[in-house]
Amino acid sequence: MTSRNINFKHRVAVVGAGLTLFRSKLLETPQELAWLAAKQALDEAGLTLKDIDCVVIGSAPDAFDGVHMKGEYLAEGAGGIHKPAVRVFVGGATGVFVPIAAWWHVASGLCKKVLAVAEEKMSHAARPHTQYVFRYIWDPIVEKPLNPNLIWIFAMEMHRYMYKCGVKKEDIALVSVKNKRNACGHPSAQLCMPDITVDDVLKSEVLVWPVQLYDISPTSDGAAAVVLASEEEARRITDTPVWIKGIGWTLDTTHWTNRDLAYPEYVRRAAEMAYRMAGIDNPRKQIDVAEPYDPFDYKELHHMEGLGLAKKCEAPVLTREGVTQRDGDLPINPSGGLLGIGNPIAAAGLMKVAEIFWQLRGEAGARQVKKPVYTGLAQAWGDLMQAGTVIVMGV
Amino acid sequence: MTGATKPLNPRGTKYERADFPVFEFPVVGKARYNYTTGEALGRFLAGLKDGRILGTYCNKCGRVFVPPRMYCSYCFREVDGWVEVRDEGVVVTAVMSYISATRARLEKPVAVGVIKLDVPGRTFDDHFFPGLMHYICGATEDDVKSMRIFGARVKAKWKPPEQRTGSITDIECFEVVRP
Repeated sequence: MTSRNINFKHRVAVVGAGLTLFRSKLLETPQELAWLAAKQALDEAGLTLKDIDCVVIGSAPDAFDGVHMKGEYLAEGAGGIHKPAVRVFVGGATGVFVPIAAWWHVASGLCKKVLAVAEEKMSHAARPHTQYVFRYIWDPIVEKPLNPNLIWIFAMEMHRYMYKCGVKKEDIALVSVKNKRNACGHPSAQLCMPDITVDDVLKSEVLVWPVQLYDISPTSDGAAAVVLASEEEARRITDTPVWIKGIGWTLDTTHWTNRDLAYPEYVRRAAEMAYRMAGIDNPRKQIDVAEPYDPFDYKELHHMEGLGLAKKCEAPVLTREGVTQRDGDLPINPSGGLLGIGNPIAAAGLMKVAEIFWQLRGEAGARQVKKPVYTGLAQAWGDLMQAGTVIVMGV
Repeated sequence: MTGATKPLNPRGTKYERADFPVFEFPVVGKARYNYTTGEALGRFLAGLKDGRILGTYCNKCGRVFVPPRMYCSYCFREVDGWVEVRDEGVVVTAVMSYISATRARLEKPVAVGVIKLDVPGRTFDDHFFPGLMHYICGATEDDVKSMRIFGARVKAKWKPPEQRTGSITDIECFEVVRP
């Protein structure tokens, strides 16, 4: 067993993954979206719902779908009826937290096969704008009376990062260009833009300087699912299981105005936990492919640094040098990420885990990275710049 | 090695509002909450009404909390008392918003940022400091875009006492102090 500081009974593998289309308006209900993704994941694993012992569901704020007790509501489409089912929630970090929670269900010996499903439908909250839902994450006493727009905090974090690291907007825009181009290889993608340039990003609508329209992922509907199994079961199900080697998660305080925003401490701590467990001491060398959370282009850079895939302030340099391209030495977001595939919040995080699963199995087809890959990482982030969730997978 | 591209035929039906009935039901937009201020923020808001910014401090770790907490979340003990911080400080980050809370375009952009507040006799590094988000007035678009605003000294511009209600908006904005 490779655990350094965490005790667990069973090694856990991912044995199947499924995804819906990601679009800004999908006709399907949240339950139907959950079902489409869950069914595909089961089919890919060659299992039926009868084989599943427990179900883990993830979804971000209830207000997006406009249904409270969203976990209970989704349980039916997610295959959770009459089974031990639970919903987990850490804001935008939820998508990667879903397989983390599913992992402990299996690692503890409690369940042998777990279906993990994440869903988000942002188009329901259409009036006056999806943005308005985010109003309810601010501190009601000291922040909400200022009438904030959620993009404010990201703009403040981005600007602080640019200031501290001397990064130019041109360098950050390269991330958006890379991911929106990468998305053209993904069958679920909402924003495949094969010809987008840095200039297009810099000329897009200014929302909250320094954030412009193409710096941000779109609002989306969609669902994702994975099936996890214990080692014994996994070896029976498939010849090519993808092992979960490390997991980590942390929360920082909601009092974000007391912290330096230039560096994501919450991601560093989550990554350290996952790396200790996976036996990784040099992530830049030992991680072959990564899917850091990229709801904004600067966030990919920020998170690469928090994950130790780049030194502080070095991620823009690696990006400029092409290191993070699909054919580069350290492919970052070969899926197309949230910027390209879309951002149905919880589903987008789990999509990243599915991408690492397919990349490590060599099943990413048109978007398979060039170098051989054995170890991959997916990460998500959420709430008031405070939640970090990390998963390390390997073959 | 390259076979079919996963996921295979992901499903989902893109719709246009005109083609399908959509049931509209206002929940979030009409819901109203009555938030309690709690102990620490209650005193903080009373201070604002008097034109003072109050924080709490922990003697064990030396942190000063603005917005104030009744506990030190790091030492996990009750704070040791209250301190009046100055109503001025420096800008640690600032942005220019061209949109409203509902993403409508604003006629005139507004600057907002985080202000690291001065506490007499104390200095703080970048990792933890007393700080508030607020509007920044007296900064041009260029001041923000060029990042000249970073590190600039700002001072609270208070509403007249009779207009104060015990709210963060008793401070209109933090105004750039021109040397």
